[in-house]
Formats: sequence, structure tokens, C-alpha cells
Amino acid sequence: MPASEAAPIVALRGVGKAFETVIALDRFDFTVRRGEFVSLLGPSGCGKSTALRLIAGLTAPTNGTIEWSAGKPAPGALGFVFQEPTLMPWASVSGNVHLPLKLLALDRTTAEQRVTSALAGVGLTEFARAYPRELSGGMKMRVSIARALATTPQLLLMDEPFAALDEITRFRLANDLLRLWQTLGKTVVFVTHSVFESVFLSNRIVVMTPRPGRVFAEIAIDAPYPREESFRTSPEYAAFCRRVSQALAAAMAGGSA
Amino acid sequence: MSVEPPLTAEPREANRRDTVLRIMLPILVLGLVVLAWELAVRLTDTPDYEVPGPWRVFEALVSDWKVLSASLLVTLTTTFEALGLAVIGGIALAILFSQSRLVEYSLYPYAVILQVTPVVAIAPLLLIYLPQPAAVLACAWIVAFFPVLANTTLGLNSVDRNLVDLFALYGASRVQVLLHLRLPAALPAMLAGVRIAGGLSLIGAVVAEIAAGSAGAGSGLAFRIAESGYRLMVPRMFAALLLLSLAGIAIFFLLSLLSHSVLHRWHESALAAER
Repeated sequence: MPASEAAPIVALRGVGKAFETVIALDRFDFTVRRGEFVSLLGPSGCGKSTALRLIAGLTAPTNGTIEWSAGKPAPGALGFVFQEPTLMPWASVSGNVHLPLKLLALDRTTAEQRVTSALAGVGLTEFARAYPRELSGGMKMRVSIARALATTPQLLLMDEPFAALDEITRFRLANDLLRLWQTLGKTVVFVTHSVFESVFLSNRIVVMTPRPGRVFAEIAIDAPYPREESFRTSPEYAAFCRRVSQALAAAMAGGSA
Repeated sequence: MSVEPPLTAEPREANRRDTVLRIMLPILVLGLVVLAWELAVRLTDTPDYEVPGPWRVFEALVSDWKVLSASLLVTLTTTFEALGLAVIGGIALAILFSQSRLVEYSLYPYAVILQVTPVVAIAPLLLIYLPQPAAVLACAWIVAFFPVLANTTLGLNSVDRNLVDLFALYGASRVQVLLHLRLPAALPAMLAGVRIAGGLSLIGAVVAEIAAGSAGAGSGLAFRIAESGYRLMVPRMFAALLLLSLAGIAIFFLLSLLSHSVLHRWHESALAAER
């Protein structure tokens, strides 16, 4: 799967984003290609979440351009998963997954089918009528992922979605996410500060420098999919982790290369 | 959980005992006070026009039930009308404020002024300009609407920012954000405001009735208390007071029940102590 040669979906060119007191991103160049699983890796405060919000159109760049090869995405063409599950506590699990479809005014039958299949995809079929407070942290995050997938988006943006979960849950969700990514054929941009998580998941890792956020290195992780538990303990995985860790350490020490 | 039943069973039993105590103890205190009161009045031979015993109050309640129940109905009608208008007005104004900063800046200070000016002082003025029932209603509304407005405003503004982003991502309109996000998110605060407003609208109605004073066609319980006072019918005063208290308690429980039935599936405030 040579993701590096696939057609680009979106390209950030020389993007800068300044807030009142900090410059989050500076001359940030980043291209997302169709079908890839790309991680933005960096310490907290390196602007990786800002980059994701720029792609989502939730905020506008101070300078630079964001080019979509097929025109700006329509509502529902993007899925977003936040660091917290961000569920509506007053709505049931299926109500939460239904929300994007309701906002897009999809007809009832289609919407119900989409909700059912999205919940089946994350293994929460029996919990459709439960309320968020009745679920564990990992299950809430699954609901959040199901909601993001409900509109069958091309591009899935994930902002440190597993950061608040325990390790066992995190591993299980990572496995399931990879399976979903492979079966559904989505493109995923995944923001994380975990070297191990990014190596396990991604085709490609973009290592960022902190303050201002800039691309420090791009590392291709060309281990074949499907990646199972055995990959986590393989010497190959360890070697990739070492390389990425070294790149991250250099990024934090030296700033721009 | 089933491995060590004593561990889970014990706190639950303690919990139940606690609930029983919380209900039984106040009733016991009430019984003792009423008994002591009756005894004190009988032993000292205190005349009714000074301090009537509980039994005399009960007799007055029964013998004057026709007058008192009619007055209770008047006061309750005013209270619920005021509460209804306060809920509608408070929520509508809060929604307006949440949609337009300019409107909020222009009007919010006057809502506060209306709230901090004692209603006893406003009542005589209102009685000059409005027919008596309308003036009483207006007084009750003035005290009741502010908590609804303030709490709903707070609720509408305390929305998860990520959810706001999510709605933006799917191109939600302002109306959709209001209906599907801001209003449901505001519900707990809104209901807390309504619960406060329930008690306040009764207080507002009573204050206005006392200020109105004059005997009208529709005279409420507060008017009955003032009137009975002039005529030294002290047992009836107590009976009317008792009815007012009971009405207040009933309103409080009714609104608590409403709040619980709306929120119990999802809001922390309405969850049973299950952890």
C-alpha cells in the first residue's frame, strides 16, 4: 500500500496560526493522501491540535493556504473525534450517533440504518439505548467514533482520542480502529503525543517541533497491515519506536532542523 | 459484587435506615412540639385570641373551610399563573439574550434592578395603576421570573465547547444549535430556577395580597390572615398560615418531582446514591 503515491486530499501550505500570546503554527506544510493513516506527533503545545482544527475548518489560518483537491468538504464529509468523548449526556447512545445525521437532515430510515451499522462497527449494538453516564470511558470513546463514522466521511480527524484511557482499553481501541480503517477504507489524521501509539497505527508519522509548531521529520512506517498484537512485541516495532523517539527528542532539543 | 455480599448489603441497609430517620425524626419533632403547645395552652388557660392551641386551629380550619379553601384557591391560582408567566418570560428572555448580545447588554441591568427592588415597595404603585388581581399577579411575576432568567441564561451559556464545534462541523444552524444543544444543556439549571421560582411566586402573591389589603371579590389567604388579625380571629390566622405553608411545601415537592422526572436518566444531580 504505497500511501505516499496516492492522490492528495488536502494540503496545508505555509500555514501559520497565531493566537493572542502564542504562535501555534509557523510555515507548516502538510499533505494528507487518500487512504493513509497519518499521525501528527509532538509534545503538548506543538500546535498539532490546531492543525487538526484548521483542517476541520473550525478555525481559520492566520496565513498560508489550505487546498482541498476536490473542493472544500461538505458538512458530513469530515469526521472529528475529540480528546474527550464529547457526548450529549441527555441523549442515548443511538441519539448521540444520530446527531450528525439529524443535523444533515437525513431521512429517518437511512439514518437509522447508518446508526445501526456505525454502532455495530464499534461493537456497541447492545448499548444503543444506554445513556453516556452508564458507559465506561472506553465505551464512550467508541460511541464518539461511531458518531464520527455515521456520516460515512472520507476523512477522519482524531485529536488524541485515547489519551485519557487506560492502557488496556487504549490497545483494544487501537486494534479496533485499525480494523475499521482497513475495512472502511477511510483516510485518518491522528494527533498524538505517544510514540508507541503512532508507530502501531500509522503508515506515516509527522514529527513536529514545539512553539512554533513546524514539521521536523516525516517517517514512513512501512510495516505491513494488518498489524496485530504480535506487532507490538516485534523487534521491527521496537526499531521504529526507537527511530521515532530519536526524531522526537531531536525535535524538542533543536527546534527546526 | 456477589462474592462478598456483606460488603454491599451493609451500606445499603445503612442508607435505608438513614432515609427512615430523615423522614421519621422531623415528624417526631412536629408531634412533640404540637403536643407541648397544646399542653402549655391548656395548662395556662391561655385565651384563643392570645395563643390558640393546635386543636383550636384545627377546629377553625374545619369550621371555616369554605372561606379558607376559596381563599387558598385564589392564592394558588395567582401563584401558578405567576409561575407560568415567569417560566415563559424568563426562558424567552434568556433565549433572546443568548441570541443577541446587544439585547442582553441593553436589558439585563433592568432585570437586575427589578429583582433587587423589594417587591413590597413596588406593590402599592402597581395597585394604583392596575386592577387588583392584575397587580397581585404582576408582583408575584416580578419576584419569580428572575431566577428563571438568571439560571436559564447560565445554562444556555455553559455548553461543552467541543459540542459547539461538533455542531459547527456539521453545519448546524443557529436554531438547530439552540434546540438540540443549548436548550437541553440548560435544562438542569433551568429546572433549578423554576424550583426557586415556585416558592418565590407564592411569596410574591402573599406580599401583594397583604399590600392590596382591601377586600376584593377574589381575596386570597394572605388577605384572610390580615382580615382575621383585625377581627382577632387568631385561630383562623393560624389555620390560614398552615394552609400557606402546606401550599408552599406542595409546590416545592411538585417541582422537585418534575425536575427529577425530566433529569433522572442523565443528570448527576438526579442520580440515586448508587456508588
